[in-house]
Formats: sequence, C-alpha cells, structure tokens
Amino acid sequence: MTTVLQARGLTKHYGHVVAMDNTDFDLRAGEILAVIGDNGAGKSTLIKALTGAVIPDSGTISLKGEEVHFRDALDARKAGIETVYQELGVAPALDITQNLYLGREQRRKGFLGTVFRKLDKPAMRRGSARQMADLGIRVQSIRQKVETLSGGQRQAVAVARVAAWATSVVIMDEPTAALGVRETNQVLGLIERVRENGLPVVLISHNMPNVFQVADRIHIHRLGRRIALVDPNSTTMEEAVAVMTGAKSPESLGGRA
Amino acid sequence: MNTTRRLAAAGIAMTLLTGAAACGSKDEAASGGSGGDVTIGIVELNLSNPFFGTLEKATEAAATAKGWKVMKAEAKVPGDSATQVTAIENMIARNVKAIVLDPANPTALVDVVKKARDKGILVVTVNATLTPIDAADATFATDNTNAGKLIGQWAKGTVTSNPRIAMLDFDLSDGPAGGRHNGFLEGYGIAEGAPEIAGSALTKGTVETGQSAMENLLSAHSDINLVYTINEPVAHGAYTAMKNKGVESKVTTVSVDGACSGVQDVKDGIIGATAMQFPSKMGEMAVAAAAEYIANGTKPKSGLTDSGTVLITDKPVAGLESQTSEWGLQNCWGEK
Amino acid sequence: MTDTKPADAALLEQGEDRGGPVRAFVSSQVAGPLAALVLAVLVFSLTTSTFLNAGNLSLIATQSVVVGTLALGQTLIILTAGIDLANGAIMVMAAVVIGKLATDGNALWALVAGLVVCLVLGGLNGVLISRFSLPPFIVTLGVLSVLTAAARLYTDSQSYPISSDLLTILNDGPSIGGVDITYGVMLWIGLTAVLGYALTQTAWGVRVYAVGDNRAAAALTGIKVKRVLLSVYLTAAVVYAFAAWQALGRTPTADPSGYGTANLDSITAVVIGGTSLFGGRGGVVGTFIGALIVTVLANGLTQAGIDSLYQQVATGVLVVIAVAVDHFVRTRQTR
Ligand SMILES: Nc1ncnc2c1ncn2[C@@H]1O[C@H](COP(=O)(O)OP(=O)(O)O)[C@@H](O)[C@H]1O
Ligand SMILES: [Mg+2]
Repeated sequence: MTTVLQARGLTKHYGHVVAMDNTDFDLRAGEILAVIGDNGAGKSTLIKALTGAVIPDSGTISLKGEEVHFRDALDARKAGIETVYQELGVAPALDITQNLYLGREQRRKGFLGTVFRKLDKPAMRRGSARQMADLGIRVQSIRQKVETLSGGQRQAVAVARVAAWATSVVIMDEPTAALGVRETNQVLGLIERVRENGLPVVLISHNMPNVFQVADRIHIHRLGRRIALVDPNSTTMEEAVAVMTGAKSPESLGGRA
Repeated sequence: MNTTRRLAAAGIAMTLLTGAAACGSKDEAASGGSGGDVTIGIVELNLSNPFFGTLEKATEAAATAKGWKVMKAEAKVPGDSATQVTAIENMIARNVKAIVLDPANPTALVDVVKKARDKGILVVTVNATLTPIDAADATFATDNTNAGKLIGQWAKGTVTSNPRIAMLDFDLSDGPAGGRHNGFLEGYGIAEGAPEIAGSALTKGTVETGQSAMENLLSAHSDINLVYTINEPVAHGAYTAMKNKGVESKVTTVSVDGACSGVQDVKDGIIGATAMQFPSKMGEMAVAAAAEYIANGTKPKSGLTDSGTVLITDKPVAGLESQTSEWGLQNCWGEK
Repeated sequence: MTDTKPADAALLEQGEDRGGPVRAFVSSQVAGPLAALVLAVLVFSLTTSTFLNAGNLSLIATQSVVVGTLALGQTLIILTAGIDLANGAIMVMAAVVIGKLATDGNALWALVAGLVVCLVLGGLNGVLISRFSLPPFIVTLGVLSVLTAAARLYTDSQSYPISSDLLTILNDGPSIGGVDITYGVMLWIGLTAVLGYALTQTAWGVRVYAVGDNRAAAALTGIKVKRVLLSVYLTAAVVYAFAAWQALGRTPTADPSGYGTANLDSITAVVIGGTSLFGGRGGVVGTFIGALIVTVLANGLTQAGIDSLYQQVATGVLVVIAVAVDHFVRTRQTR
C-alpha cells in the first residue's frame, strides 16, 4: 500500500510551548486515518503544518514520495490537499452550486467568458449535481440555498466541496462536533463514500465510537507527537483512550499498525 | 492583522472624527472673564447656509473691533438645538459677558438661556426669537411676518386674475419659516386653506428639494401661476422645474432673503420679488447692545427689534415701497 | 441523505424548486418591493386624477435618478455587510469640484476630476475598511463629517451655476410619444443592468455575496476578502461619480449644502428594495424599485394634498416592514 502523505520529525515551538515535538505522520492511499489526542496535544498544529497553514521549525513533509514545502494554505490546496474546518465553512445565502464552486467559479468559453466574465452556470450546476449524486447526498435541488438545509446537510455540502476539489488528500478537523447523532452518522457515511471514491481521509475527532466506526487506522497523538499508530480491529476503545491520556504505555498495546 | 497597524488606523479615524467635531465648535477664546478681558459667545445655526455665515462673521467682526474675545459654536444640522445647549453651557462655564444666539429651536433653548441670564450674562437672539419672546433679553431679527407680508402684497398687485398659488415651505415649526408663510397669506389677503392655494410642499430650503417639490405640484396642478418660496435657493430650484415644463413665463415667484445670488435671480427675471434681510445689521445691533450692557449694565429694549426688510423687485407695484435689483446688488449679502 | 439509494443527478440539476417559477418569483427578493410599488401606484392612481399619466410617471423616474444611482453603489457595499454614510457627501464634493472647475475650464476635464475625487474618497473608505479592518459605520461617518466641512470650505458655502451642455446633458433626452425619457433615466437603468449582471453572472458577484454572507467561510475557500471589499468600494465610487453627474443634470447648480440626507435616503431605498443590512442578500433591481417607491410616495402624497410629514411616516413604515421581512426570512431559514 503506498503512502500518500508522510511527515518526519516535525517540530514547532511557540515561545516555550512545544506544539509539535519531532512527530511523524503517515497516511496511506485509500484509507481513513483518525487522529485522536487530548486537548492541547497538538493535533490541530500537525494538521495545519500538513495543510500549509503553519510552517514547521524543522522536519520534512512529502506528498506521494516528493518532498514539499508549503508556504501557505493555497500551496497545499494547489497540491490537492483540501480541508474541512470545524466551523461550518459554507455561505448560507448562496445556493449549493455556488458554495461548491466558491472561489473556483467556471467561466463560459469564448468571448462571453473572457470579455464579459460570464459564469458558466449550466456547467457548474451539472458538476455539482454530479458531485452530490456521487456522494449520495440527498437534497431537493442543487439550486437550494444552503440556509434551507439542515446542519448535517450543510456539513455534507462542505464535505462535498472538499471532496470535489481534492486530488490527493481530504482533511477534516472535527467535522461532526456541532452535529446531532443522526446527522453525525450521515456525515460519517459520507466520509466512507469519499474513501470509496478513492481519496484518503484524515479525520480528527474526539468521538471514540465514531473513530472506531469508520477509521482504518488510528494515529494517537500525545504531548506534541505520535505515540502510537493502531489498528482499530485489534485495539479496544478503552485501550486507545488510556494511551491517549497517558494512563497506559503505548508499548503495552497489541494491535500496532 | 497586525496590531500596530490597526492602532494606527484607529488613530487616523479618531483624528478624522475629532477634526470634524472641532469644525463644529470653534473656540478661539484663550481664557474668559479674568482681568478686564471681555469674552462674548456667538452661537449660530449650521453654516451650510451662507446667511448664517454672514451673520456670524459680522457679529464676530463687530466684537473683535471692540477688543473682545469670541467663543463660537454652530449647530451641525438645521434644528440641532442640542449642540447649541452644550455650547451655551460651556460659555456659562467660561464666564462670557454676553451671548449672541441664533436659536435652532424656539423652546428647546429657553432653560439654558435662563441659566445664563441668572448668572448675569446678557443673552440676545438674532435672526429668530425664543418662545416666549422675553425669554431672551432682546431679539434683533428680520420681522419675518413683515417680510412675508411685503411679498404677499406685491404678489397681490402683480398676479391679479385667477391666482393659483403653490407654497414651498420649510418646516413650519421653525420660527422664521412660520412667520414668512403667515405673513405672505396675510399680505395676499387669504386665509390658510383658501381655495386660491393649489398645493403646498415641504422643502429642506435647498435647490434640489425646491425643484422636486415644484415638479410634484406642477404635475398635479399645471395651472399654478404664483409660487411662494421660503428662500431663494428653493425659488431657484422651483424655476428649474418650471423651465423643464416650459411654464416659467406664466408663473410669478416670490421669495425672502436678499442674498446676492437671489437678487441676481430677480435681475434675471427668475424671481419676481424678494424681501431682503440684513444679517450684518443684526449682528452689529446685537454687539452694540452687548457693549452697552458691559459698559454700564443697561439692558436693551426687550422684545423684537427689526433689523429691517426691503422689497426688491424690478416690477414695482403702485403704493408699495421697493428697490430695484441694481440697488439690491449694492446692498445684498453673501458672495456676489 | 447518505442512505444507499444514490441521488439522481439529473433530477437534482433540474432543481424541482418547490412549486416552479411562480413560487420562485414570489419568494424572490424583488417580489415584495414590486408589490409595494404596484400598490402605491394603484392607490395614487385611484385617489388623484393627476398621478397616472405618462408625464407624471416619467417625472417620477427623473426625480429618482440621483438618490437611485447613489443607492446602486450603496447596495454593493451593504451586500458586503458594510454601510456607506459618506456617499451623499462624496457625490456633493465631486459635484462642487466639477462645478468649480467647469466655471473657468473645460467641462470634460472637470467631469474627469469629479471621477478622480470619487475614486480617491471611495478608495480611502475602502482601504481603511478592508486593509485595516475598521468598521464601515465609523469610517464613513468620519469621512462624512470631514467632507461636509470640506465642501463648505472649498466653496465658501457658495453654489456654482452649471451652464455646460456636457454637464447637464443627463437632463435632456428624446421624447417618445410625448413622454420625455431623459438620458439620466437611461443611465440609471443601464447602471442597474450592468451591476445586476456583474452581481449575478460573474464570479466577482458571487464573491461579493459570499463575503457579505459569511466572511470566514469565504476566506477559507481562498477568496481574497480584502481585495473583494476594496473592489466594491471602488466600484461604488465610480457609481457615485455618475450620481454627481446626474445631480448636475437634474439641478444645474453645484450646491455644497444640497443632498444633506442623500446618504440616509439611499440606505432607505436599498432597505425598501429588499437588501439585507446584514449582507449577502438582495440586489440592485430591488434597490431600483426601492428608489422608485420612495419617489412615488413623495410625488403622490404631494399631489393628493397630504402634509409632507406623512411622506416621512409612510417611508419609515416601509423601512420597518422591509427590515421585519428580512429578519423573518433570515430566522426562518436559519435552522
Ligand atoms: N498560534 C499559537 N501560539 C501559541 N501557542 C499555540 C499556538 N497554536 C497552538 N499552540 C499551543 O500548542 C499546543 C497544541 O495546540 P493544538 O495543536 O491546538 O492542540 P489540539 O488541536 O490537539 O487541541 C497547545 O499548548 C497550544 O496552546
Ligand atoms: Mg484542535
């Protein structure tokens, strides 16, 4: 199985605080990798380093075997890494199509596009309808304004946008934190669908049942570094939490992946 | 966003704001009241109308000619009495000897004026009166009712058959505006609501509001042949409306003010007659009253002292005293 | 939503928008203002004999152009959740600069100078608001105060009569079947069409709505929020320059004390036209109708012989209704 995104020895200091302490990271093609850890363990900092939002003090990142140096989030996005943020990243007054294409609108061909800057609305509608159908997201119409959707549907739109534009990796930082049980399940199903469509997913979550439900591997983060990488089929939830909180040493785990 | 930059920008914004506030109340007195130094206060309406600027400048010039110091303040918008109240409170605190006030509202300033007078400060109003009129020590103003009456009488003698009148007013709670309106009706010899009045509309005393009001009235009453206007900018705007409709030769317009631009409009046939006011004279009379009070404690005669009104027209009406626009251009106020 | 049945892409794309085009129009932003306009026109047509004729209707359009044009620029700014209290003052400043320069110079160059004045002042607002993230209300309030004084100082409170044909051309126009349609009205309609196109048919427009709707989300998708904001203030400035030209055409006098409430009047037109003060919703067509509504009220009530103060009452009631409708729309749809 090939490794898509890899990091070695990432370190980041904020004054005296060590947010990343020589940590490693590995994401394989076609997997859902859950990243768990206590508050302040450094999960978000790691993700930001991988998406160009934070520049590490030292360490290397490589994408599909090639070393990369992202200067900002746009660099990472150009390399095909897309992120769903915890805060709902959608514009409620715009419709689904406009949200999916926000910042990447398509223009008409010919002088209508070049001179009159006219949007190619039919093409964008086709594209977003296909994307929503591919992911099995059920809404009445892609012309619906996002504000008419439920919280779960909105997060689904955010996921759909990311999945539509990502060509190598999808990252989600606590995508279900604001959702109820039923909606959370819908989004988890969606994450699995993204994997089925061929993109690896990094899922940061606090919710252990969710993590064990969908993850192929679990990256356990503690005190700024990865202390274990486990297989959820051979590790229990209790064990993972114990390691995550420092109650148990990572060596004691059986199912190392 | 970097913090220092934000602070710098906030600083710029604050400077803009305080700069603007400073424009609203200039304070040229170093210190008031001590050691024989005399300071008087001048409180004006908003200076966007050159009439008030002329009045303020004349008052200030007369006061500085006497070697006095001057504290000045102006309302920010028409009717802005709150700024004037604050200004008078500040002047009381600075121990001014007299205050020359052009009140933005006839009643809102009565209390603060009483406070000043209780402190022994002479308060005279110019251009407009307080209600009751003896709330101030004296008033030097155009008798606006008389001004309205003059143009009303002239109109009566000019538009003799089938009068259809449009009234282009300013907020009638404003003292001068109400006086002119009533005076015009009295001079013309009709009552409020008389059938001769085709319609009336409120303006803001500016060219463009005069134009819109006249357009609306003409649209409803194409037979209008006499237009009363609160001031000359409104008359000018009304003329544009008539000209656009091609009825300007059939309509006679009367106004009040006597600004040089208005007198020019009389000369050009845009305005039939206007009642000229004398703002400089108001200011000078007010300063003379203050000088008398400061020198020997004599208060001026209470009530309204008319600073004079002259009818300006190039089509005189028999039995009604008037001056030509030539004379008017010699004696008008504001930029020529 | 993510059940096993795949959604049908063709069906999704067709967008069976509950109830078809009629329902879609009724729930669109323009329907409410248009209904109010039709109602006002009906009432005045039935109660006065002089309201409903071609001459008066063309007069209403002519009377709407100055505040209506200003309100187009204001709409762009309000769509980004901003506000411009200085637009009237910017227009007046441009008008007096044009008037003064044209008095002893070339009218065309004076007009260009007016455009430059608008761009500099709109740019100042835009930079302070976008680059330094200062609140639009405060920035434009400050600029308003400065400009009100500056216009007076620059002109010594005098107004300049305008005689140049170029400067007053917007008051001219062809007479179609005895009805005068001024070039100013045509320009107003043209500007509404161009801005309407830009807002609904280009990526710039989508981004303007996105920035006003959810700034954080817009930034996360890679939209350069500050650049969009600056472009909006500069575009509005160009529109204000057209408004200054409209003002000189309508009233051939560059008057520093004129249009003292044009800023609030333009906001009134925008709000009555259905654009949300919270940003992200509305558009220029609504504003066009909103400006007409305000003029119709003034014109109709004057003709009906009703005290002008009731114009302000009626306008105020409409503003409250518009804001209440907007509030209802936003809270109902935000589940
Ligand atoms: N921009 C920053 N400045 C200073 N300290 C930071 C910054 N970002 C993160 N940290 C610190 O680094 C540590 C890891 O934070 P974070 O990556 O947000 O953890 P997590 O997402 O696992 O809760 C925390 O102690 C946090 O306070
Ligand atoms: Mg975090």
